[in-house]
Amino acid sequence: MSAPDQGRAAVLSRVRAALVVSGAEGTRAAAVEDRLRRHPRGTIPARALQSPEACIELLEAMLASQGAKVTRATTPEDAVRAVAWALRAHDLPLCFRMGTDPVLGTLPWDAAPELERRFGAAEAEDRAALSRAVAAAAETGTLFLISGADNPTTLSFLPEAHTILIRSSDIVGCYEEAFDLLRALFGAGTLPRTVNMISGPSRTADIEQTIVRGAHGPKHLHVVIVG
Amino acid sequence: MAGASEDASPQTFKQGAARALADAKLQRALLNVKRGFIVKRALARSKLPEFDRLRDEARAIKDHTLQHLDLYLEAYERKVIESGGQVHFAPTAGHARDIVLRLCKGAGAKLVTKGKSMVSEEIGLNAHLEAGGIEVAETDLGEHIIQIRGEAPSHIIAPVIHLNKEEIAEDFARAHGGLPKERPLGSVQDLVAEARAVLREKFIAADVGITGANLLVAETGSSIIVTNEGNGDLTETLPRLHIVIASIEKIVPTLEDACTILRLLARSGTGQEITSYTTFATGPRRRGDPDGPRSYHVVLLDNGRSEMLGGDFQDMLRCIRCGACLNHCPVYGTIGGHAYGSLYPGPMGAVLTPALAGIDHARDLPNASSFCGRCEEVCPMAIPLPSLMRKWRERDFERGDPPLAQRFALKLWAFAAKRPLLYHALGRAVAPLLARLAGAQGRFRSLPFAGAWTGTRDLPAPEGKTFHALYAERRRSRDR
Repeated sequence: MSAPDQGRAAVLSRVRAALVVSGAEGTRAAAVEDRLRRHPRGTIPARALQSPEACIELLEAMLASQGAKVTRATTPEDAVRAVAWALRAHDLPLCFRMGTDPVLGTLPWDAAPELERRFGAAEAEDRAALSRAVAAAAETGTLFLISGADNPTTLSFLPEAHTILIRSSDIVGCYEEAFDLLRALFGAGTLPRTVNMISGPSRTADIEQTIVRGAHGPKHLHVVIVG
Repeated sequence: MAGASEDASPQTFKQGAARALADAKLQRALLNVKRGFIVKRALARSKLPEFDRLRDEARAIKDHTLQHLDLYLEAYERKVIESGGQVHFAPTAGHARDIVLRLCKGAGAKLVTKGKSMVSEEIGLNAHLEAGGIEVAETDLGEHIIQIRGEAPSHIIAPVIHLNKEEIAEDFARAHGGLPKERPLGSVQDLVAEARAVLREKFIAADVGITGANLLVAETGSSIIVTNEGNGDLTETLPRLHIVIASIEKIVPTLEDACTILRLLARSGTGQEITSYTTFATGPRRRGDPDGPRSYHVVLLDNGRSEMLGGDFQDMLRCIRCGACLNHCPVYGTIGGHAYGSLYPGPMGAVLTPALAGIDHARDLPNASSFCGRCEEVCPMAIPLPSLMRKWRERDFERGDPPLAQRFALKLWAFAAKRPLLYHALGRAVAPLLARLAGAQGRFRSLPFAGAWTGTRDLPAPEGKTFHALYAERRRSRDR
């Protein structure tokens, strides 16, 4: 047996000895298989079980209380103008990085012709970025972003200002609904390489419990809800 | 267990506690525990009426997982491999250190960035990598400060809760080379901005990123980290190799199970509804990904956990390291984390450290408790911490190791306590004597054999009658 196999065998046999099992018991295997297949939900907080409109309002309120700025855009043109406003609000150059997300790509960018868009993963000198969340859970104001060329993960962490767009129809009540959306997209038992649940800007309270924004990630988080 | 930090012999614990009590700076810093965490947790809990039900469910999730741990470990491993990653099982700290060093060397690593990981502290990873010629940069702000001070963290989620900003400013002025001498470091904002700039260079240059995991999900083969700073995400995403190091009990079966526990974790720890970032990492970069690590490895550490399974201390394996028991412990709040002389301090450390390091190395820890029960009350995983500490005390006593004087005194007391007539007679004789000796003050400034008590506070004297005598009197007067 090679060294890695020995380590594996040692740990598993110690666990089995402690539990007084062989690992081959049919009932135990069935219990595990059943739980993984059915993935039953626990208690869902009542605050997550509201009408779609109430969920949007809760998402807004939670994000605001966690230090994000939220804009509701009724039209795609408004959304584009909100992206520009987020940069102006912090005196940032009107330039940002984004991926190849088709929803973002087909926005009417003509509505803010002063904006310069760059594409691809974030680079060290980028000061602002735009991503799209595939889902958002109202219960704690949490946006779900997934890795890939459409919305590279580095966009969420390297620049000092991050704007996230979410369609109102992608807002759900609880985390579990968001994961069900991901299961529908990627298949059961599979997740994209990275799923980021983002609920506010980067912060730290390590020194004297004093909260400071922009510890390592973005100082500014803007969320634009479209539709 | 790594290093001298694990050796909490009675001597060092008592000396550490005495030093902590006399340390004015530490006492000022510890006020922040009360001002911050306790109030914030109470508020967060009050905003979630389902909290107690979630706690019961979380307990059941972990109990079920531990009962089937071998099978969930195998299921998790299958999923990691399916997503292109690799899993390494490490029976001991030494195995884990060697595996990580080998992986780093294999990747040609010169610089490693790290997210906050208590398990990496437990195995003494940094020293091992540095001895292997690799530079290690802690990137969590608190851990960065600890690293430049050459200290161990004093709290499992707030590593520098024992420090004030003035002390940190001195550390930065000393350790961050190449910056103007007269730069402003007076405010917390200044300090955070400087750490951001210094560590940004490390993130960009790192070859390997090492993180811990708050949870591992068997259903998908994912590792979850829960952070506010975003340093863990930069650590996972930018270098070409991501290594996760986690202990075997971090596994939960499904995403739903993870959701239930996540609802409790931040609320119990920092008192947030949720942290800014909760990140699920599943394998390396996929086809078409413009960023992310080229390889993804998980090191699963046992290091004594399997011996806790199926025994008196299995409940402790439910711990999710939120820190609530530290924040609410009157002993922790008085002496801070370093006095414990153990990487894991407070009530959870008092139970876990003897299990991992052996009771010989941690004999005073289960005794460092007033048994007020607040730790169990606030534990989101319903771990009966006082009962578990009591079990360690019993084991320690049964082994016959406590000092002779302590054993003799306890035996003497037991002899009397088992003979009610003798006990009452002694009480009736001694109580009035002590009352007379104490005089009008009603308290002793010093007393033979009680120096440990009277060294730091007065001992109140009995008022002249025993409890039993007073109780009998009250009953008589009530019956009349």
